[in-house]
Amino acid sequence: MTRAATITRRTLLIGATAIAGGVAFGAWAVRHPHDNPLAEGLGAGEASFNPWVKVTGAGITLITPHADLGQGAVHMQAALIAEEMDLEFGQFDTAFGPPDPAYYNRAMAAEAGAAMAALTPISAAMAEAVAGGAMKLFGVQGTGGSTSAPDSFDKLREAGAVARETLKRAAEELTGVSAAEMTTEAGRVILPDGRALPYTDLAAVAAEVAPVRDVVLRPSSEWRLIGRPMARIDMADKVTGRQVYGIDLAPEGMLHAAVRTSPRRGEVLSYDASAAAGMRGVQDVIAVTGGVAVLADNTWRAFRALDAVEIAWGPAAYPAEQAEHWEAVGASFTDARMDAEWRADGDAAAALSAGADVAAEYRAPYVAHQPLEPLNAVVLVTEPRVEVWTAHQLPRFLQQRVAGVTGHDAEQVVLHNQFAGGSFGHRLEFEHVTLAAEIANARRGTPVKLTYSREQDFATDFPRHIAMARGRGAVADGHVTAIDIDVAGAPVTASQMGRIGLGGAGPDTQLPAGVWNAPYGPEHFRVRSYAVPGLAPVSSWRSVGASCGGFFIETLMDELCHAAGADPVEERLRLMTDPVARGVLEAAAEMAGWGRDPGEDRGLGVALVESFGVPVAEIVEVTATEGGIRIDAVWVASDSGTVIDPVNIENHIQGAVVWGLGHAMNSEITYRDGMAEQSNYHAAEGMRMHQCPRISVRTLEAAPRIRGIGEPPVPPAAPALGNAIFAATGQRLREMPFRRHVRFV
Amino acid sequence: MRLTVNGTEHELDVEPDMPLLWVLRDELGVTGVKYGCGIAQCGACTVHLDGMAMRACQVPAAAAEGAEVLTIEGLGGGDALHAVQRAWIDEQVAQCGYCQAGQILQAAWLLETSPAPSDEEIDRVMSGNLCRCGTYPRIRAAIHAAAAALREG
Ligand code: FES
Ligand code: FES
Repeated sequence: MTRAATITRRTLLIGATAIAGGVAFGAWAVRHPHDNPLAEGLGAGEASFNPWVKVTGAGITLITPHADLGQGAVHMQAALIAEEMDLEFGQFDTAFGPPDPAYYNRAMAAEAGAAMAALTPISAAMAEAVAGGAMKLFGVQGTGGSTSAPDSFDKLREAGAVARETLKRAAEELTGVSAAEMTTEAGRVILPDGRALPYTDLAAVAAEVAPVRDVVLRPSSEWRLIGRPMARIDMADKVTGRQVYGIDLAPEGMLHAAVRTSPRRGEVLSYDASAAAGMRGVQDVIAVTGGVAVLADNTWRAFRALDAVEIAWGPAAYPAEQAEHWEAVGASFTDARMDAEWRADGDAAAALSAGADVAAEYRAPYVAHQPLEPLNAVVLVTEPRVEVWTAHQLPRFLQQRVAGVTGHDAEQVVLHNQFAGGSFGHRLEFEHVTLAAEIANARRGTPVKLTYSREQDFATDFPRHIAMARGRGAVADGHVTAIDIDVAGAPVTASQMGRIGLGGAGPDTQLPAGVWNAPYGPEHFRVRSYAVPGLAPVSSWRSVGASCGGFFIETLMDELCHAAGADPVEERLRLMTDPVARGVLEAAAEMAGWGRDPGEDRGLGVALVESFGVPVAEIVEVTATEGGIRIDAVWVASDSGTVIDPVNIENHIQGAVVWGLGHAMNSEITYRDGMAEQSNYHAAEGMRMHQCPRISVRTLEAAPRIRGIGEPPVPPAAPALGNAIFAATGQRLREMPFRRHVRFV
Repeated sequence: MRLTVNGTEHELDVEPDMPLLWVLRDELGVTGVKYGCGIAQCGACTVHLDGMAMRACQVPAAAAEGAEVLTIEGLGGGDALHAVQRAWIDEQVAQCGYCQAGQILQAAWLLETSPAPSDEEIDRVMSGNLCRCGTYPRIRAAIHAAAAALREG
């Protein structure tokens, strides 16, 4: 493929540009395909440049295009640039990239396309519609869908290599020595005679020379950083309290705001602020979209005054009682509600016409995100621009939303992205930022920090969607022969895209996620999904659809193995169609010593789910004690291709297992009188230390492409735990949270 | 009222029932102490009050009058790291990091009262500190490592 074709295809070109005091390396984004946008002399607005590396006489800054939600994006992305650029940790600062289309998330777009291409029963038009939806959401600098690693892996190393080679060219310009004879090391260009020129000394000259874009990335055998344990650059700040989060910001003259919006997402019928208005420190009580806000000189005073405001809320637009939500889901397995048939191998209907060996219904509840840092945003509105300090996963959409509130153009909205105290999908939403903008707009010229109380955060969390599955299957001669599974639930993609103002076209890909792509090939396998309208608005929750789908299919599979009298690992391996998935299942089985007798009152359960292109197998061991079920150990094997940092990935996989197990055991959101019944962590606590098992991790690297690991270890945790409890006690768990049915220690 | 935070004395005029958490964060700008729940359910606001690990969201300003408050900023003293912080770095514990100041202060207090804690003891003392990122396995390992380091002096 020629260079021109490459450029046109991805409309992204690594290059360089002069900046004050030096040079920046990064990506040109071109609005229309060009043969060579840098050479052609582009008109204004036809191209934009975003730096990933800035070198000036004063120092080196590496830019992180993706939000850092705790996954270590800042560290990992800096490491990728430093690998090719020959920088050591400590030789550079990091900063978040401002919103710009050049930080195009390649992986998200490719992911959507590739996933759909693998779907034979779906029409090309349908695949495109679905892929297009994902691209709209994440295509532009989004952080989500476990795409940070794949998106960055090539292009940041490329940027590092371009920077390195261009700095050598600058050294050539300066010394007359051929660049080909130079090497680089620890932030310096080394000349053949041993002289060393620091990059910072070359910055000015590098801005003048033509950038060297013809670079070859180093083979993995030459990597110094990638694949080795690194001390994360944010670690020291995070253990000393120096790490600043959005909630900690306090620009000069700032006011503190608190807000209460309708727990039914409806209207404010009336409110009485007379008691609050005179309270100490209170500056103002104002009506905002769907609620009331207090401005004060201190967060607590704002919270307290808000508690003194009496508000009458209008009704919810969704069913008031939780039972009605389940009734609506249960009534949706109809032809009229069918979203799509995702898989139709063999003829499952015919195979099961004489009756099923297993027929069961499974349920996954609404669940809140609730990262530990409550939602917050600092906003300063002035005539020429709006500044926003917050942690957000969709910067470009955030600009548009804020501009819509204040009446500015999107380009006038400046986002200063912040380190997030967790997200799990929560910081894909906009309400807290647009409310902060609304309040700040009423106080132009004064920075306003809106801090959600935990209760406000719970009450207005757009939870993980609710879903139900009806599964049937047949066994013969000790094997699983037919699986027919229908999944119905709230369509999360449409719900989320609707709030952004993008129409969701085509069937909802998240409803059958983890199910339709189960890497098994029984003779008959049918998967259909049904979208249930009118339920509570929902959002992406760590691993999204697969967090429900994985539980459904892997519990059904376990029931079928049991009915067939087959070993759950051996039968899965027999049905396996994907060699990478086979590898992880074999590895987990070996780690756990699968096949051993765990002893009295103990049981092992297995599950394997593929999500975001990554198969993960988990085996859980439990003991049924007097005081309840105790989780003793979890063995996890995953394959997301090249591992950038073995310690960071282990931490993430352990965290995802804790997330998956904790919520499967303990957490749900239920509605009563149109409001979430759970108001704080006491009622939805996920996992705590005393319930946390030993978690052993093995990361295989057989997958051909690098992929993200933030989400894929979540879905297998719930079914592996449920299957283990069945093995230990004979009690089959078909509904999360499990504590509705069993007691945990 | 008077309050000593990390060795520095402050003179303040706040409501007696303002929680220490907000006195520290909003009145004194000591932001290492975090707000997570406000109802003693998460431990993000943990500080040492006269040497005891306490939830700052539950301590009214009046009750802290005259007490010595230690926050993450003061642990270890100056630029030095406490053994628990060093262990946290060695084990690469933090993900988002938001809970970790509370975890570290709770763990430091645990090790003062029990120099060689068992897993059960760790579970008991640390279960009030939520980590939504799920770093518990590494926290446990780091506490054992810090305990060993402290014992060896
Ligand atoms: S904020 Fe004090 S325990 Fe959560
Ligand atoms: S590291 Fe994120 S909450 Fe603990």
